[in-house]
Parts: sequence; structure tokens; C-alpha cells
Amino acid sequence: MRDYIWLIPAVPLLAAAVNFVAGRRLPDRFTGWFAVACVAASWVVSLIVSAQVLEGQRLDYNLYTWVPSGSFQATIGFYVDPLAAVMLFVVTTISLLVHVYSIGYMHRDPGFYRFFSYLPLFTFSMLLLVLANNYLELYLSWELVGLCSYLLIGFWYEKRSASQAALKAFIVNRVGDFGFGLGVVFVFVAFGTLAYAPVFASVHTVAPGALTIIALLLLAGAMGKSAQWPLHTWLPDAMEGPTPVSALIHAATMVTAGVYLVARSHPIFQAAPGALGWVTVIGLVTALVGATIALVHPDIKHVIAYSTISQLGYMFFACGIGAYALAIFHLFTHAFFKALLFLSAGSVMHSLDNETDMHRMGGLRRHMPVTFATMVSGALALAGLPVFAGFWSKDGILGFAFEQGNYWVYALGTIAAFFTAFYITRLISLTFLGEPRYDTDRLHPHESPKVMTIPLAILGVCSLVAGFAGFPPGQGFLDKMLDPVLDTPAVEHGFTPTTIGLMAFATLVAVSGIGLALAMYAWRVPALDPQLWTRRLGALYRLLSNKYYYDDLYRALFVRPAITIGRALWRLDVEGVDGSVGEVAEGVSEAGRALRRLQTGFVGNYALAIGIGVIALVAYLFWPR
Amino acid sequence: MYGTNAFGVPILSIITLLPSFGALVLALCPAGAHRLIRGIAVVASGVDLLLAVWVTLAFDRGASGFQFIERQVWAKSLNLQYYLGLDGISVLLFLLASLLTFAVVLYSLGPVQSRVKEFFAAVLVLETGMLGTFAALDLSLFYVFFELTLIPTALLIGVWGYGPRKRYSAAKFFIYTLAGSLVMLAAIITVYALTFSSPSGPTLNYVDLLRLAPSWSSGFQIWMFWGFFFVFAIKTPIVPFHTWLPDAYVDAPVAGVVLLSGVLAKMGAYGFIRWLVPLSPDASRDLAFIPVVLSIIGVVYAAYLALVQTDLKRLIAYSSVAGMGFAVLGIFVFNTQGIQGAIIQMVSHGFLSSALFIGCGIIYERFHTLEIRRLGGLGTLMGVFAAVFVIASLGNLGLPGLSAFVAEVLVTIGVFQGTPWLAVPVYFYIILSAAYMLWAVMRVFYLGRPSVESRPTALSVYQEAVPLIGLTLLSLWLGVWATPFLDTTARSVAGLLSYLGVGGAGFQP
Repeated sequence: MRDYIWLIPAVPLLAAAVNFVAGRRLPDRFTGWFAVACVAASWVVSLIVSAQVLEGQRLDYNLYTWVPSGSFQATIGFYVDPLAAVMLFVVTTISLLVHVYSIGYMHRDPGFYRFFSYLPLFTFSMLLLVLANNYLELYLSWELVGLCSYLLIGFWYEKRSASQAALKAFIVNRVGDFGFGLGVVFVFVAFGTLAYAPVFASVHTVAPGALTIIALLLLAGAMGKSAQWPLHTWLPDAMEGPTPVSALIHAATMVTAGVYLVARSHPIFQAAPGALGWVTVIGLVTALVGATIALVHPDIKHVIAYSTISQLGYMFFACGIGAYALAIFHLFTHAFFKALLFLSAGSVMHSLDNETDMHRMGGLRRHMPVTFATMVSGALALAGLPVFAGFWSKDGILGFAFEQGNYWVYALGTIAAFFTAFYITRLISLTFLGEPRYDTDRLHPHESPKVMTIPLAILGVCSLVAGFAGFPPGQGFLDKMLDPVLDTPAVEHGFTPTTIGLMAFATLVAVSGIGLALAMYAWRVPALDPQLWTRRLGALYRLLSNKYYYDDLYRALFVRPAITIGRALWRLDVEGVDGSVGEVAEGVSEAGRALRRLQTGFVGNYALAIGIGVIALVAYLFWPR
Repeated sequence: MYGTNAFGVPILSIITLLPSFGALVLALCPAGAHRLIRGIAVVASGVDLLLAVWVTLAFDRGASGFQFIERQVWAKSLNLQYYLGLDGISVLLFLLASLLTFAVVLYSLGPVQSRVKEFFAAVLVLETGMLGTFAALDLSLFYVFFELTLIPTALLIGVWGYGPRKRYSAAKFFIYTLAGSLVMLAAIITVYALTFSSPSGPTLNYVDLLRLAPSWSSGFQIWMFWGFFFVFAIKTPIVPFHTWLPDAYVDAPVAGVVLLSGVLAKMGAYGFIRWLVPLSPDASRDLAFIPVVLSIIGVVYAAYLALVQTDLKRLIAYSSVAGMGFAVLGIFVFNTQGIQGAIIQMVSHGFLSSALFIGCGIIYERFHTLEIRRLGGLGTLMGVFAAVFVIASLGNLGLPGLSAFVAEVLVTIGVFQGTPWLAVPVYFYIILSAAYMLWAVMRVFYLGRPSVESRPTALSVYQEAVPLIGLTLLSLWLGVWATPFLDTTARSVAGLLSYLGVGGAGFQP
């Protein structure tokens, strides 16, 4: 494994470098398929590595020393265990499918080669992130995925909203990384090393208070990257990027890095008093904030984005209650069905000339049967109907909370689950069902080309079957793989009466959410007319449709004051600091002018001064003392 | 005791004086022979760079003490010495000085069309001053080289600069830095006077002074601290001694601003490590809180100022102040990571700020403005240039994988080991740097179109692309594999710390 593990990140990096340097002069057909081939190679090696991990192999290996300074020795290395293997599989698989899909989606875009240089660069960075064997390397790849996110959100950089969204994403992530970076530094100062293995082995030698601070600083980074409340505001704006980017980076992989970080650092979080409580609270708030905003948003991509925020919240509070394996399981299933939802939404937009407002869609089922089918299978997985993926992972988390006695977590999570079923059904109804509301004379929706629908179909199948990686509950394939590394606390496993009862209730919640949404948006039951209820719940609706005013709040609290402080300091600099330098200079020339008066040019004056001087000197020397 | 010279030839003298020799040859050329003049300048600075690279490769990283030394007593009764040598602290800066001079000579081949002969002569004389400053190990010699940089720099700003205020900026730079130098001169004379009473006789030799300094009274050391503080604080600069900088940087031509930010600023920070700290070993630890606090304030302050600048070059100038704040901060935390981080920051800043200022020159040549409001959409107009400039900007905002990150993280670790909470305002810089850099990038490269008449011609390969891309690639190298750089400095930094008697304990307020 040691001899070829480096190929996994290196091959996509090669594609990125070649396409970045020479892509402009190469035909699109080459750049696109070259990137696909490189990612495919990486996927194959990942599968081999994952298979070896299943056989029990592990790896912790330093490739080279990156930053050596005294006792600080940061390396670039690889750490392979079951958690890394699961992440490798998710990242390379989704990445490969999205690369293929993008060849169709980005067809004829003038920036095609740029896209196929950034996207493999992202794959490289994300693979380095999951393979890192120390915190500084993790931070390196963490910021690199952030960079790729920035470049791809602002891919159509001449569009003001896209460039601004990219800037916002980078800066909000930097706020999280401010904490993360300090956390990494603190890890080094507390443990004397940054490598995972020795750090996790010696968590009990560090004061609990210090561990809590470290955990919360790391959590800040995780919150930024995973768009957790209150740092969630960048992710919806990130939908300005091309839709394949939203699927790969802003749904399936990069945004789950925060969950990975918490799961990876779980020995620290476990040993840090109070830290997991924060993870739980932040996850729950995020799950509810995301799900409630998704209820009312008119934009198809934004609804899926808020859904992503909400689902990431589930993963966070799963970590918070100690269900790390379930969090990763949900990460795993979510990656497939959310990528599927995004790519299906992209397929819809592709056929409707980039329309994203769901109020100008409708009735697409007839024109786009494949996309409809894949979107529905993604929706069913998200809503958590039995046998579909979300049922096993999302409701698994809720069941875990219940059986552990965390009833508040269970209750709030279940409410969010009801919202989830509602908003995703609303999305399907507004998009595919009912009558067309777009300009039927101008737009003629059509099914997307094969290069797009085949990845969709594959993802659709994955979404259906991904849940069985964790079946039966608590004893599935993933549980067996992950439990040893993530020491998940034991709860009752398999199909106990409680589990079956919880499953039944979860199904009921999902079905009622779906039913209500269908009644409102597909069957148009008069008593449930959306506009009527919008009026009746006016204040609540405004709160939600303005996304709880977070953007306005942050603009008033952080953005404008920063500019004001900057301007004030600039004035201080020019008038105060430089002014006083000018005063000094002025004083010197003033003194010079004063002294110049002594230089009268009259010899008599000078003689007088000499005389006075001589008398003073003599007096000084002979003065009786 | 004074070091070794494995070559047996006065290689440092050759490298230091070769550019001045080139300037002398230029002086003999007819003023109109521009091709010849440019050719001589390129050859002189290019050969010099090759020699400096050779010296750096030959530098023995495992050895302690000075290497490639030359030592001649040129005034026997006064014991003033011509003493040159390099150690791990100076060797990278020595190389940086010759690298950046070559870069600006290449860049200036096109844009400089007036007084060509005098221009290149000034740049070459400046190179001698810069190289000598990093190699000199006798205070008298150091002072000579240090001051030698002043006049050519002021001429570069005042004669070949931009804008109606260039004479004012040149004079301000000259007087401000000279004022600091005179204080240093007084301090040097005081040290010299004191050594008359020592048994070994008068000396300004670095190695000899280091044997005497620990025995100096704390009162005298405090005088030494302040005597050397102002000149280096102004040169680096540390806030609040920075106000000459925006004027000088903005009005200077590309060659001037690159050498000012890339090399002359490092002469200040280098002066702290080489002279101030060793000559006041106890006082500089007692008073370390002053430069530490000033540089932390400076980092955040300059970052806020950069945020609201309307001129791209002035924005990078303030960003440069913030960057040098990290270097000074790292020095005065007195631990391995801090000082190594400081040296790496100097090198990294040399690569990145130079690349960005060359980028400013490239923009100015085509659009005749650097006002952010009047630029826009350069990403579409000049794709390759935009890509490289954005990479350099990302380096400047501390993106891991490029050089500034390595320095920032080492300095932050250095600070954290001494006083953990002080690392918070220091690291806060990464949010501000991302904001000012990427906001500027967005307005200049992404959105809109320039509102000025423009001819966005492609980069000329040797004159523009080679310096710009070369420096960016060096930053990438340092960011991806910092080991060779850090290994070069490790022995000397450890030696300095053990001389200071702090091992790795560091600064405690």
C-alpha cells in the first residue's frame, strides 16, 4: 500500500496541472476525458486500498518532511484506516461520476479547460484531506479544498453575484479556519506533535480544559467548512457555481469535511468535557434552521443547498451524541442521494435554459422521464421512506438518540425530518408535476444527453442501495468496519421491538410530510393553498424567506464595521501618525529658521558673541567651588 | 573562531563588488547606447546571481559559524575590519538580494526609457549596498553598506518614480531613514568607545562583540537596544514608523518598490537579528514586549488599512507592512519556530510582494492607472497574467502550499508557546488578509471592464513573464517543501538562541 498510496491524490493533481498549463491549447475533448481518466485511475487505486483495509491492513506513513523547525516537524504523509477508506470510496466515486456528467454539462463553455483543471484539483485536495496523517497536512488540504470551492463558485467570474458568492465563501471559511488554525497550533503546543497517532494515544496526558479549548477551536473549522450555524450563510450563495460543483463540493464531499474532522478527532472530543454538547447543539440548530428555510425557498438549487445544511446538522449532532459511525454512514448515503438531487436539478436547469425558480417550472415529468425518476429516488432517500438510504442512516441517528435517552435530540431531529419530507416533496411537485409554468413557446424541455443521464442512473441505483451498507441497523457492513476505529458506544442492535417501533414512527413522519406537501402543491387542495397559508403565517413566512436575516445581520455586524474601522484607521494614519511625523519635520525646520537669525553676517555681532563666550568660559573655569 | 572559507578566494567580495564594477563600466558607456547598457546590466546582475546561487549551494548547512569569510584589518590602530561572512541567517537574504536585483533588471529593460544608463548604475550600486549589508560582520563596514543603499534608492524614487509627489516621497524616505541611521551611528560610536576599555582593545567585530556583550550592564544594554531600535524599526518598518512607506512605495518605479519591499525592508528585520538582539542580549529580552506589541498592532492595523485602499499598489504596500510585522514578531518571541518563521517570512515576502509589485507594474504599463475603481475584468483581458497574479495573491493571504503560510504558522506557533492568547490577534490576520486580497482581486480581475483607454498586450516573455512566474514558482516551492530553507537556517538560529541563553523557552511577558 505504501508504494502506491501516493498515486491516489497525485494522478488527479497531474490532470489539474496539465489542464491548467496547457488546457487552453488542447481540445476540450482531450482535457475533459483526460481528467476523467485520471480520476478513474485514482478511483481504481482507492478501491484496491479499500479492499486491503477490509483485509485488516493499516497505514501511517510519512512521504516527506514539509516544515521542520526544531521540535516542530510537519510532514506530508498518509494515514489509512477504515474511516479513510470509506471517505476514499465516497470521494473518488462521486468525483468520477461528476467528472463524467460535467463533460456534458459544461459542453461548449468557454472556460471548459479551466473547469477541468479546477475539478481534478479539488479531487486531489479532498483526497489529501482524507488521507492526511497529521493536523497541519489536514489544514493544508482543508484550505486547498476551500480554494477550489472559491474558484468553482466564482467560475463564471464576470457575473457579479458569482464573484461575490465566491468571496463570501472564502472569507466565511477563513473565519472558521481562524479557529481551526489556532486549534492546530494548540494541538502542537499541548501534545508536542501534530501526527494523529501519537496525539490520539496521549489525549489523557493533556489537561481537560486545554482539550476542550482545542476541541472547540477544531469545531470552529468544522463549522465553517460544513456550513454549520452560524457560519452557514456561504453555502446557499455557493450555488452560483456550476451545478456539478454544487453536487460534488457543496453536497457530497467538501462540506462533509467538518464531519470527518470531528469523527477523525473523536478521541479529543471524547476526552474534552463539554465539547460534544456544543457539537450536538450546533448540529440540531443547523438541522432546524436549514430545514425551515428550505420549506419556503423558491429556488431549486437553494432548497437543495439548505437541505444539505440541514443534513450536515444531522451528521453533527450524531457526532455530538457519540454516534460517529452513524454520522459517517449518513455522510455516505447523503453523498450519493444529495449528489443525485443536485445533478438532477442540473439536468432540469440544463433543459430550461438555466432557470432555477421553481415557480417557473412544472410538468417536466413528461419531457424528462429519466431525470424525474432519478430525482424521485433521491427524494425518497432524503425523505427517509423505508428501504431507501436515508431511512437507514438519518432515522438511524434519531433512533440512536432515542435509545440513548436523548429525547430532546430525538424530538427536534424528528421535527426536522418532517420538514425534510415536506420540502423535498414540494420541490418534486413544483418541478415535475402539475402544469408547465414556463414559457412553452420559447422553451422546449428535453432529456439530457447520455453522458449526463448515465451518471444520474448510477447515482440513482447507489442511492437506493447505499442504505444497505448499514443494514441491519447497528450491525451492517459499515458499522462493522467503522465501530472499531470510532468506538461508538453500544446501544441495542438489530431489530428489537423499540427499533421497529421507531422505524414505524419515522415512516409515519415521512409519509405525513410527503402527503402534506403533495396535498398543497400537487393536488392543490383548496384548504391548503400555499398562498393562503403564506398570508396567514405572514410574519413567520417573512422570517423564513429572509433566511432569518443572517446575511443582513452579518453585513451590519461585521462587514460594514470592518470597512468603517479601516477608514477610521486610515484617517488616523494619514493625519495622526504621519501628521506627527510632519510636525516633527516642521519643528526641525522651525528651529532651523530660528537659528538662522543668529547668522546675521555682521562681524561685530560675531565678535560680541565670541567675547561673551570667552567671558563665560573663563568664569566657569575659575569660579570658586 | 571568525569562521571558515572553504573556497580560499574572496568570493563574497567578488559578489558584492561585481555590481559596482558593472556600474563603473556603465559610467564609461555612451549614454545613448541603450542596448549595450542594458546588456551590461543584465550580465552584471545575472552573473552575480549565479555566483550567489553557487555560494548558497556550497553553503555547509551542518556547520556552525560563518562561512566564506574574509577578514582584513584596514585601520590597524583603530582595529576596524573589512570582515565579510555568511551564516544560516544571512545566506538566504544574500541570495534574495541578488535574485530580486536580477528580477528588476530584467523587468526594467522595457519600461525604463529615460536616463537608462544612470538607472541601471543606480540599481547596481544599490545591489552592492544590499549584498554588503547582509555579508558585513564588522559594525563599521555594516554601517557603510547600510548607508550605501540610501542614495540610489532615493534617486530611484525621485528620478524614475511616478506621480507628482515623487520628489517629496524620495525626500521623506531619505530623511526619515537617515534620521534612524544617525541614531545608530551614535550607538556604534558608543559601543566602539566602550570597547577601548576592554582588555582585547577596541573592536566592532561581530564575533568579538558577542563575547563582550553579555557582560555589559543592563543600563548600557538598554541604551544599545534603543540605539539600534529606531533605524531598524524605520527600515522594516514597524508601525508607527511606517508612514514614509506608502508614499515611497507608491511613487517608486517597479525596480525601486521591489527592492524596497523585497530587500531593504529585510535589512531592517535582519538588523534586529544580527545586531540589536545580540548586542543587547538581556535588554532585548526584557524589552521584547515593545516590538512584540507594536508588531501585533501593526499586523492588524496595516491589514485594516489595506482593506480600504483605493489604489492597488498602496494596498499591497500596507499588506507588505503587515507581512513584515510577522517577521519582527517572530524575532522577538525568542524561540526556534519564531525566529525561523521570521527568516522564512522575509524570504517569502521577498518572493510574493515582489511578484505582486511587478504585477502592479505590468498593469500600470498597460492601463496607466492602479486605481482599483478604474480597473476591472483583467481576468478576461489578460488571462495568463491574471492567473499568476491571483496565485501570488493567494500566497500573500497565507494559503497553505505557498510560502507565506509556512512563515505565518511558524511565527504563530512561536507566539503561542510564549503567550497563547497573543496568538489570537496575530492569527486574526488571516481573515483580514483574505478579505483585502480577494476583494481587490475581485474588483481588478473579475468584475467589470477598465474605464481607461488600454492596450492589454500579452506579457513579454523575458522581461515580464520570467520574473513574475519565477518568483511565484519559488513561493510555491517554499510552500510545498520548506525543508531546504529551514535546514539552512537551523544551525545558526540554534546558535543564536543558545547565545541568548533561552534554548527554546521563549518570550514571557
